[in-house]
Amino acid sequence: MGNIRSVYNAFKYLKAEVDVVENPQKLELEKSLLVIPGVGAFEDGIKNLQPFIPKIFEAIDLGVPVLGICIGFQMFFEESEESKNVKGLGLIKGKVVKIKTKLKLPHIGWNRLEIVKPNCPIFRGIEDGYVYFAHSYHAIPEDKNVIAAKTEYGCNVTAAVWKDNLYGVQFHPEKSGRIGLKILKNFLGLEVNHAL
Amino acid sequence: MLCKRIIPCLDCDLAVPEGRVVKGVEFKQIRYAGIPWQLAKKYYEDGADEIVFLDITASHERRETMIHIIEKTAENVFVPLTVGGGIRTVEDAKKVFNAGADKVSINTAAIQNPNLVNEISKYFGSQACVVAIDAKRRYVKSPDEAEDKIVVKTSEGYCWFECSIYGGRKFTGVDAIKWAMEVEERGAGEILLTSMDRDGTVEGYDLILTGEVSRRVNIPVIASGGCGTLKHIYEVFTKTQATAALAASIFHYGTYSIKEVKEYLAGRGVRVRLE
Repeated sequence: MGNIRSVYNAFKYLKAEVDVVENPQKLELEKSLLVIPGVGAFEDGIKNLQPFIPKIFEAIDLGVPVLGICIGFQMFFEESEESKNVKGLGLIKGKVVKIKTKLKLPHIGWNRLEIVKPNCPIFRGIEDGYVYFAHSYHAIPEDKNVIAAKTEYGCNVTAAVWKDNLYGVQFHPEKSGRIGLKILKNFLGLEVNHAL
Repeated sequence: MLCKRIIPCLDCDLAVPEGRVVKGVEFKQIRYAGIPWQLAKKYYEDGADEIVFLDITASHERRETMIHIIEKTAENVFVPLTVGGGIRTVEDAKKVFNAGADKVSINTAAIQNPNLVNEISKYFGSQACVVAIDAKRRYVKSPDEAEDKIVVKTSEGYCWFECSIYGGRKFTGVDAIKWAMEVEERGAGEILLTSMDRDGTVEGYDLILTGEVSRRVNIPVIASGGCGTLKHIYEVFTKTQATAALAASIFHYGTYSIKEVKEYLAGRGVRVRLE
């Protein structure tokens, strides 16, 4: 939805070889890193993702680094208040809820990224800075230990999670200037984790 | 907390094959400013928080050419890119998103068919749906003279604000303040509010117009039209609830760089993103 081209452009700019995969059979997990982008509603995201779900589970088992962006990230969780009739992937325990703030929603614009897990590989070499958000819902993991970054918007908003080879960012690294490109570059530097 | 955004705007036509950025004065006289993708790249590198690309040719047969120019522009911009001009249907919007836009801006088609706002925000999400409003002051002797309009008091007398379409060539009788509130209800994610009285004049934003709209809606308002000095930007952020300021002339003709604008604002306590 919408931002696939932006994600493609950002990885191209970083000199990566990028395939926008429309047929899950064509996913060659062994040589790849997997990115799940998405802007739009949770329900549409899950519906569009349906044919890819077995491959995503396979990728995670194989230790392939997986990056979810925005809705792509929210879909890691079990469910979302936005679309109660569909289930999420359940890769991380917890749910996606509407941001409880007195400030304007959607939360659109540049907000400060507070990295709480500096050892998270995608944040390597990055200090706190501003990144671009565009959303009204955010994820609340059961295990707070998976939260890698947050931001403040009248309340704490989950900005990133990290669990083994699974990385999720609520903001849009492909649209967050130099910091965003650095995060994507860090992700490109990851390798398949055979220890998993 | 969110930063105030600084947004350079590229008005693009197709007088040359690679497109060109132009700037009008009060929507009329036109000056050449550069090649779209090159200017967009420069502004991105200089710290723009977002870039607005407006197709001002609005000629349907040349749409494909403009799509290629948008593609080329998007390849070099890693902040949000908003594209407007000539988008009349969800299909048109889809083409622009596929070319690399992150948001679309609609104006004429939205006034003619308000449901388009609902459709685009439902299909692509509110965050991707910007409604552009080009408003002009209409002075009246007293509020009674325009009973069905929201009339405000200015230093030049009472006025209401009228929406124009087709790049300022046609007036609609639609009250801009009421229209802003309506599009919020219909699902618009942001309002790009241009003062036709101030556009290209470098006399400063219309603080009355921006103030009235931004306090009445809950979605972000991008102030546009009239920016000529650093103080104008500071004023619009401190005297109204605008969350973003759009400017063209001051950046195109090198009066100020985006970095200078941001350093000026940061020095006066306005939260901005400095890389």
